[in-house]
Amino acid sequence: MPDHDVLVIGAGLAGQRAALAAAEDGVSVGIISKVHPVRSHSNAAQGGINAALNPGDSWESHAFDTVKGSDYLGDQDAIEIMTREAPEEILHLEHLGVTFHRNEEGKLGTRAFGGASAARTYYVADITGQAIMHVLYEQLMKYSDEVARYEEYFTTALAIDDDGECVGAVCRNVRDGAMELFSAKSVILATGGNGQAWQPTTNALICTGDGIAMAYRVGAKLMDMEMIQYHPTTLAGKGFLITEGARGEGAHLLNAKGERFMERYAPNKMELASRDVVSRAEQTEIDEGRGFPDGTVALDITVVPRKRIHEALREIVLVGRDFAGVDITREPIHIKPGNHYTMGGIKTDVWGRTDVPGLYAAGEVACVSVHGGNRLGANSLLDTLIFGRRSGEDAAERAKGRESARTTQAILDNEEAMVAEVIAREKGSGRRVSEIRKELGQTMDKYAAVFRDQAGLEQGLEVVRRLKEEAESCYIDDRGTVFNQDVLGAIELGFMLDNAEATCVAAIHRTESRGAQFRTDFPERNDGEWLKHIDLAKNGTGPEISYSEVTMTQWEPQERTY
Amino acid sequence: MAEYALKVRRFQPESGEGPYWETFDVDLDPTLSVLDGLLQAKDRDDGSLSVRCSCRAAICGSCGVRINGQSALACKTQIGEAMEHANRNNGERAGGARTNGSQSEPIVVEPMGNMPVIKDLVTDMEATHWKKIRRVTPWLLPEGDPPEREYLVPPESMIDITQSMACIQCGACVSACLSMEADPDFIGPAALAKAYRFVGDPRDAETTERLHDLANDPHGIYDCTHCFSCIDACPKGVAPMDQIMRLRRAAGAEGIDDANNGHRHEDAFASIIEKKGTLDEAELLQETYAPGVKGKLMPRPSAIKGLVESIPTAVRGIGTGKMRSLPKLIPGIHPKLPGDSQEQVRRIYAHTEEHSIELNLYIKGEEAEGDAPVEEGAAVPERAVGPEPDEGEAPTGDTGPEADTSKGPQGTEHGQADPGPPESGRPGPGGAA
Ligand SMILES: Cc1cc2nc3c(=O)[nH]c(=O)nc-3n(C[C@H](O)[C@H](O)[C@H](O)COP(=O)(O)OP(=O)(O)OC[C@H]3O[C@@H](n4cnc5c(N)ncnc54)[C@H](O)[C@@H]3O)c2cc1C
Ligand code: SF4
Ligand code: SF4
Ligand code: FES
Repeated sequence: MPDHDVLVIGAGLAGQRAALAAAEDGVSVGIISKVHPVRSHSNAAQGGINAALNPGDSWESHAFDTVKGSDYLGDQDAIEIMTREAPEEILHLEHLGVTFHRNEEGKLGTRAFGGASAARTYYVADITGQAIMHVLYEQLMKYSDEVARYEEYFTTALAIDDDGECVGAVCRNVRDGAMELFSAKSVILATGGNGQAWQPTTNALICTGDGIAMAYRVGAKLMDMEMIQYHPTTLAGKGFLITEGARGEGAHLLNAKGERFMERYAPNKMELASRDVVSRAEQTEIDEGRGFPDGTVALDITVVPRKRIHEALREIVLVGRDFAGVDITREPIHIKPGNHYTMGGIKTDVWGRTDVPGLYAAGEVACVSVHGGNRLGANSLLDTLIFGRRSGEDAAERAKGRESARTTQAILDNEEAMVAEVIAREKGSGRRVSEIRKELGQTMDKYAAVFRDQAGLEQGLEVVRRLKEEAESCYIDDRGTVFNQDVLGAIELGFMLDNAEATCVAAIHRTESRGAQFRTDFPERNDGEWLKHIDLAKNGTGPEISYSEVTMTQWEPQERTY
Repeated sequence: MAEYALKVRRFQPESGEGPYWETFDVDLDPTLSVLDGLLQAKDRDDGSLSVRCSCRAAICGSCGVRINGQSALACKTQIGEAMEHANRNNGERAGGARTNGSQSEPIVVEPMGNMPVIKDLVTDMEATHWKKIRRVTPWLLPEGDPPEREYLVPPESMIDITQSMACIQCGACVSACLSMEADPDFIGPAALAKAYRFVGDPRDAETTERLHDLANDPHGIYDCTHCFSCIDACPKGVAPMDQIMRLRRAAGAEGIDDANNGHRHEDAFASIIEKKGTLDEAELLQETYAPGVKGKLMPRPSAIKGLVESIPTAVRGIGTGKMRSLPKLIPGIHPKLPGDSQEQVRRIYAHTEEHSIELNLYIKGEEAEGDAPVEEGAAVPERAVGPEPDEGEAPTGDTGPEADTSKGPQGTEHGQADPGPPESGRPGPGGAA
């Protein structure tokens, strides 16, 4: 049985950063990932990472932009920590070898991003997430004595002892199908977001909200689950992302009449207003008939000098060419708002601690909350790194003073039986996993998207609950042990359904419009009643609602205009 | 919507049986990818069909496979194009004329080459790819403590190594590499591109040590035969071969002696193209080992050994269709380029000499000429053009009927049983160069 001081589940930026921090603290670390670490979704982050590092910039300015961007739902103590520690983290990454863009003097160079009052986004061409993640993976290889890597291990459940503490996890070795119990003194969840519960989405196929569901199932609270970001520039159909960097470089949004419609919605910041604002503007144009027949508006990148496009936006030149057949240097590309980011997640404090002792969460899976109702572009990579590191440090500290954890065989037996039961279901006895997954995605994209209302959300919740029942008997084809992706798909489906249910419940409950939650039946922000987080805890079969305060330090809520 | 047939090479390790072919009929938009087709088959027909995938957008590097014999990412290969390619291959085999109607050729999908297969399209990347990545000490080794702020480095140097940083570790180049096929211990294109990421990084303090290490390893930088396969296969424009050539030049600049004659091979290659416009394989061997001695073989003694050793490679080249025919090995009968083409090739050389900057994927652009030079729809130069010419400027002239040397599925050396070619036959590996 693998036994570590700190077990990190998930090897994207948050997980790898946590593992390195713990290893530097001198404890033994295991890091688990259901795909090879460098395949993690963090590599999709094209745009960059924010930090107030320029002499003319300040962390207060970065923090205020973040608070305002969050529509005042972000916790200001956490935001202060993140923005204060950002410059140090960027420099640390640079020292480890990240090939950040340089200015003429050879210093770190920046670009502009949405919702920010200064150009403070650091980047590596448009492969920022990939570059940082590959450099962190280089470090994991370097620290291979301290950090054991379990690559292609799928975690199915967390192990909780009799005192209610988290003491490990059960994983399936994807390669040979063996179920293994991992024991650990501290466990960090860094499993990323849940975008796949929506279709289409910019998220990768592996973003199925596993960690959120696993933590919820063992009693951890979830927070802000109604806050789902729709990104303003995704390709219709497959949902591929066109980075915000495009607008940062000066690209325009045009409706079918060729109007630069952001003039009407955000006259000052125009295309660089917050994402929720831009997505709603686009959706309004589309809904009111000023979009293109395919339900899109246009992003015109041709106004950016071609040389600059090639230098800074190459990845989207390729995305346009390979996936939309459009040469973005010559013609506008059709885009629409699409599911992108999970602002909510497992409720944590500023050290990543959840409500379950011994269990930490960091990155997109967690809700600290620094993003509140709406995440600013290039703040998520920062979130993963800052709170990944802090979780790693605290988890290591916690582990140091403790005896080896005691896990019980029962949990392993349980999970083995669960997998065996799924595999044994008779073909044709229920629906196919893929069918349910598709219906779930379409349902969420219809009812829990840019604009929401009571009736739609209730309809959505009803469908999700029906799908949950159907998932109990859904069947798979693969009966094997080696690389049985089929059975993993069935388990992921269960995770996604828990996530979707939580989102619907919270969105129905929040009867106001704030950040990504826009209720057409309650179109105003209502600070009197709703300047608070919605927390969800598992109670019997469904989530039970409670509230927690939003932490305020120095910024009182104001009206939000861009 | 259109219908496609995906002919997948399957292997179910627990069945006790060898690999076999299975055809799945799928229907989807031609602009969707081969991966979308595979996932449709998996969702609709057989959930046990295994393929690694995640991002669907050529970012995560999971879905490397061989499609109609070419190593590529399944998610980046449009299914409509793959079918046209399959049709074209079949047409070529039938002597130029398309034998049947448009939409009927199956798209052949196989696991990557040069790697053991775990199941269906899933290969063991750890055993081949990652081990080699770790071989090149893949982390930054700076000197002393880091500065208080960032390291100050020339902006171009970061742009330069960002090309190898763009590698998504998909293994397509490894799958396509000819040297790897001949020498499984070859460090290989991806790992060497990774090595350049450190050698080219001004923050790294161990450049000399790294270069000596890679040059002295018999499976190191001089083990590459300059075949361009990795450049063709790479979905991210990393151009591993160019990174290897950069390593060789850096090693040359360090005064490292090339025990394997690779550096001379490179010079010889360049000088032959300059002279003849196309690659004369016979003269290549000769020039590599005995430069400048026309018509007669008068190699240095140390080179005779190398020359003899390369005979199996040459014979192998014929076998795999990379070196197209035996007559090409006989000096003196190499065809000349028509018209003034040769003159143009020389002009390309002269131009590169004059403007000897390394074009890079994250190219700054030629300041003086602005945006003009990049024309013809292809918005970005996909590949770096080093001082040595690439195949764009140097067609091999291999157009004769003997070019159609087709070959069964590769990779049998690594414990995969060979299920034999599918009924329709299988295209040979991509053309030389
Ligand atoms: C297209 C796109 C572009 C983006 N661009 C930007 C940007 O420019 N700037 C920015 O700041 N943010 C950006 N984001 C957001 C940012 O990329 C993500 O929020 C962030 O990378 C999440 O990192 P993470 O470490 O939390 O999770 P991930 O990188 O998603 O990693 C999750 C890890 O958990 C593992 N895992 C999951 N489930 C299991 C399980 N059951 N068992 C074992 N392992 C498991 C996975 O294998 C993976 O290793 C972008 C997001 C997308 C989709
Ligand atoms: S050019 Fe060299 S590294 Fe690239 S495929 Fe050919 S032999 Fe391999
Ligand atoms: S160099 Fe290109 S082909 Fe090779 S592993 Fe990297 S991205 Fe893939
Ligand atoms: S699925 Fe990620 S590269 Fe193809």
